[in-house]
Formats: sequence, C-alpha cells, structure tokens
Amino acid sequence: MREITFSQATLEAMKEEMQRDDTIFVMGEDIARQGGIFGQFKGLPDDFGTDRIIDTPISETAIIGSAIGAALAGMRPVADMHFADFMGITMDEVFNQMAKIRYMFGGQTKIPMVIRAPDGLIRSGAAQHSQSIEAWFNNIPGIKVVAPSNPSDAKGLLKAAIRSDDPIIYFENKDLYRQSGPVSEEEELLVEIGKAKVARAGTDVTIVSYSVMMNNALEAAEILEKEGYSVEVIDLITLSPFDEKTVIESVKKTHRLLIAHEAVKKGGLGGEVAAVVAEEAIDYLDAPIIRVGAKFTPVPFSPTLEEAYRPKTHEIVDGIRSMFI
Amino acid sequence: MDKHFYADLYRTMYRIRTFEKKIEEFSLKGEIPGFVHLYIGEEAIATGVCANLTHQDYIQSTHRGHGHTIAKGAQTDRMMAELFGKKTGYCKGKGGSMHIADFSVGMLGANGIVGGGYTLATGAALAEKIKKTQNVSVVFFGDGASNRGTFHEALNMAAAWKLPVVFVCENNEWASTTPYQTTTSVKDISVRAKGYDVPGVIVDGNNVLEVYEVSKEAIDRARKGQGPSIVEMKTLRIKGHYVGDPEMYRTAEEVQKRFRENDPITRFEATLLENELLSRKEIDGIIREIDEEIEAAVKFALESPFPDESELYDDLYID
Repeated sequence: MREITFSQATLEAMKEEMQRDDTIFVMGEDIARQGGIFGQFKGLPDDFGTDRIIDTPISETAIIGSAIGAALAGMRPVADMHFADFMGITMDEVFNQMAKIRYMFGGQTKIPMVIRAPDGLIRSGAAQHSQSIEAWFNNIPGIKVVAPSNPSDAKGLLKAAIRSDDPIIYFENKDLYRQSGPVSEEEELLVEIGKAKVARAGTDVTIVSYSVMMNNALEAAEILEKEGYSVEVIDLITLSPFDEKTVIESVKKTHRLLIAHEAVKKGGLGGEVAAVVAEEAIDYLDAPIIRVGAKFTPVPFSPTLEEAYRPKTHEIVDGIRSMFI
Repeated sequence: MDKHFYADLYRTMYRIRTFEKKIEEFSLKGEIPGFVHLYIGEEAIATGVCANLTHQDYIQSTHRGHGHTIAKGAQTDRMMAELFGKKTGYCKGKGGSMHIADFSVGMLGANGIVGGGYTLATGAALAEKIKKTQNVSVVFFGDGASNRGTFHEALNMAAAWKLPVVFVCENNEWASTTPYQTTTSVKDISVRAKGYDVPGVIVDGNNVLEVYEVSKEAIDRARKGQGPSIVEMKTLRIKGHYVGDPEMYRTAEEVQKRFRENDPITRFEATLLENELLSRKEIDGIIREIDEEIEAAVKFALESPFPDESELYDDLYID
C-alpha cells in the first residue's frame, strides 16, 4: 500500500469530502493563502475557491460562533483553531452553545461541525502552543472528541467527523503531521466514531492510549514482548464519550491496565478510564492501575525542561514491569 | 399600507404583552419553574423589526426572548408549554424561558449567555452569503451586551465580509441591575458603528412604525449585500431584570410614570385611532381574539404532560 504523511491524509479527507458535499466549507486563520501553518490546507483554495476556504480575522470566538451559526443555517462547517491552545478563547461558544444547542432546543436542529485543533508538544512551542487539552471536553455532554494516531485513521476519522451530524472536536497532534504510514486509496475509508481499536493484541496487560502517545505505547509493547510479556494496546480514537466496552473486555482478559497520554496526568483522561475500569472490573485486576502522563506544570520552553515534562516510553515499560513484581 | 398591516402590528404587540402578563402571573405563583425575563414595554421593537422578515430569515434572541419568538411567528401554546416545562413545548421541556426557539420560523434561539447571539447570527448570515440567497439574519442584544467582546468580533467579521446581518440594540437602560451608563463608554451604543465603518442609527424603540421603517432600511441594505448596521432602539425595561427581582436599585414610581407616558401599545393605539387606520371596534376585536388565544395557550400548557424521565438522553447525540 502507498505511504503518505498524516498531513497529506487530512488534506485528502478534506478534498474528498468537499467534492462530495458542497455545504462543507472551512474557516480559520492563515488557511487559504498560507495553506495552514502545518500545510494541512495546502492547495484547497485552488480546488474550492476562497468562498469555501476562508481566511478569517484573528477572532477565535467569532470563528467558532459563526461556524455554529452557519451549521444552524444548514451548512457543515470545519473550523480550524490554528493551535488547540487557542480554544480557551472560544470556550463559551464550545460548551454553552455548540454542545448545548441541539439538546436544549429539544432536537429542533443539529450542529454538524468539526473543530480541527492541532495539539501537543512541538519543538519548544512552550506554554501556550504545546498543550494537549482533550480532558477539558471530557466533562461536557453534547460534543464528541476524537484524536487519530496515524495517517490512515487521520483520514478516515476526519471524513467520518465531517459526515457526522454531531459537533466534533478533532485533535490532530502536531508531531504526527510529518509521520508517514500506509493509507488505502479507497474513497470510503471511514473510521467509526465511538469505537476504540485493538492496535496490538495481547494477554498479560492492557495499555490504553491515543494520539501521538500510541507510538510510545507500541514501542513499549515491543520492548516488553522481548522480556516475555504479551501486551495488548488499545487506541481509543474517540476520547469522549469513549468506548468503555472494548477497554473493559480487554482488562477482563489481561487483568492489568496502564493508561498513557501526552496530556498532563493530573485530571487527564486517564483518570476517567481508570475510574470506569475500577467501577466495572475492579475484581478482575491483579495489579494497581497505572497512569503515565505529562508533569503537572505548564509546558516549559527550554529543550531540557520540555524533555523532563514529556511522558516517555520507559515510564510505560517500567510501570508494566512493576505490575509483575 | 393597508389595514391588515396595522392590525398585524397591533395584534403582535398585544399578543406579546398578554403572553408576558400571564407568564408573570404563573411565575410569581411558582407554577412556571426557572428564571423568567419579561419583555413588557419593549414590544414595539420585536414587532416592528420582525414585520420585515420572512420565515427564511433568521433571528438570534436574548435571555429576554419571548417577544422576539412571538414576533417571528411562533405559536403561543407551544411556547407556553415550554415555559411550564412540558413535553409539548417547542423544546420538549429541555429549554424553558431562556432557551425558547422555533426553528420552523427561523427563530434560532434565545440565549442564556448575554452576548451569545452575535457570532451565531453572523454565521447564519455567512451561510446565506455562501448559498447566495437574499436571506438576512438579525441579532437582538441589549445595552449591557454591547460590552461583550463577542460584539466586537462579530461586528468586525460581518463588516469586513459585508454579511447580511443586522445588529438591533434594545437599549432599555438597564444591564441587569446596573444602569448601563455607569459601565459603558458611550451614551448611544450606535456610535460604536463608526469603529466598524457601518451605519449606526437611533430609533424611538417605543414607536412601532418608526421601528418598522428604520429597521426596514437596515434589513434591505443587508439583503442587497451592503453589509451590517447597528439600529439602536431607545426603550425602557418596565419590569425587573427577572420575575421576582425586588428592584432595590430604582423606584417603582419613576418607572411607572415613564411607562404611562410612553407605553408603546397605548401610543400605537392612539396613532391608529387618530389617523383612522383602525376603528375602536376593530381594536377591541383583536384584544378579544388574543385574550382567548392566550387563555387557550395556558389551558394547553396546564393540561400537557411533563416529559418522562426516559427522555433524559433524547437529542443529546444524533449518530
């Protein structure tokens, strides 16, 4: 199968969906002339014009708010957030409007929109350009949160998100943009929202992860395999509401659970996964649940400090070894 | 203008007033749950503005949204049921007063967040521009809401792209319990239009014919692709911020005096009779008709069932 980058995969998804449905349009900062700061919109204005690929004012609140308004008027907007960190500016529109409108108006309307939010550590982006903020949205009913971990899922998940009638936040990790991987050329490459994937089957321990941290999870599984441990790795893909069934079934089989994400560990999604497993399957556990995540500090600038902040593969490996002592 | 035009304006204003009085009564009795904000004294604004709109046009409303909803064409029985929290309400009892909406007539929702509507209305206008229709969108907002950052972001975006959206300010002098002049840099909100290079006009918001005429210009301008404007309606909030507000911040005498002199319905009635646009008999006929309609709406609401607990998760997600 041909290999393309994560960034190219999202670009293909946009092109295919915009060709299929002319109610889809994209708005965001620096997307038309510049093609997005990570090149993820490059060339789209040539195909679809600047009526559908729209450079906006630096007004994140108005970007999200007007995308919601356009959805109310029958469009399927895709709003780019430049950096996920900038979503702080849009929070009323996200959690009081986008998440609530369908429910509080009794299902009279729908908000079929996607927020694309590039997140994660990227070469000293520092405190306001490097965060993974998915946990903020885990507590908000009415929206769905997704995050692909590889080029194939990046394409299929973006296509599925655009086709969904629910409002979706699509976190795309900045470090993954240049990663290459096999992506099918089939037009209907869709990743089911709400369903986790068993990325690697195993019997001794379950690692639940997502987004860029899947690379570390799979690397840890390889290392542990050589030591005789059979590791199952689950890629959540949909972070909220997440696929509890797949996680619980796996834990019932392996009796051990480690959750790994790049976001800050404290208050992170790992806590929710751990709590669900504790509620539903605590009797099956042979070892305490372990969470691996970033340190509880803002993202520091200096490369040495950024490295100290970042959760690492060896923390996953060490954590799992400790379960068998 | 023919008789029907004037009769329709009067009917809508009187319908809003009668609806609101009923809501106040049942809210004070504790039979309507939640927070309720009344539109009494401001009826001419929603009525005059919405008389220029079709059901294909959109409005975004505020927390004080019953009047806008009625003026846009919603049915009072389903509105009443919603305010009582009943299953037969527009939002199946999930919204209530602050989240009343009727998408079938282009009423895109009241909003519990002050200043929450600007960007949504701007987006609806953007959609109509992309679709190349002649439809417009109107956002109602108060003097207090003009101090939200969303006002700036939405108005700049709408002006930069010449979107078909009209910003209708209902300057009722009170930002919740605070006189707007103590917290606002300008006396007239409409002067803020200068900063965005769009028209800004002031209207006597208690004169329904003036509201109609001036908002017509702004709406026509938007329809023609000439972009947004601010139309500032000067009015006064007659009731407290919410039903039950003890109004310690002003005197009832002062408010009642100004209301007696400037009640938009009394004023319009005088204009109608003086210029022989409608007869006393015709006006009384409308009053009877609406009184009966609102009584029937109350009956419908009271007799309707509450939603069942099993409906809790309905309409949360589609897929």
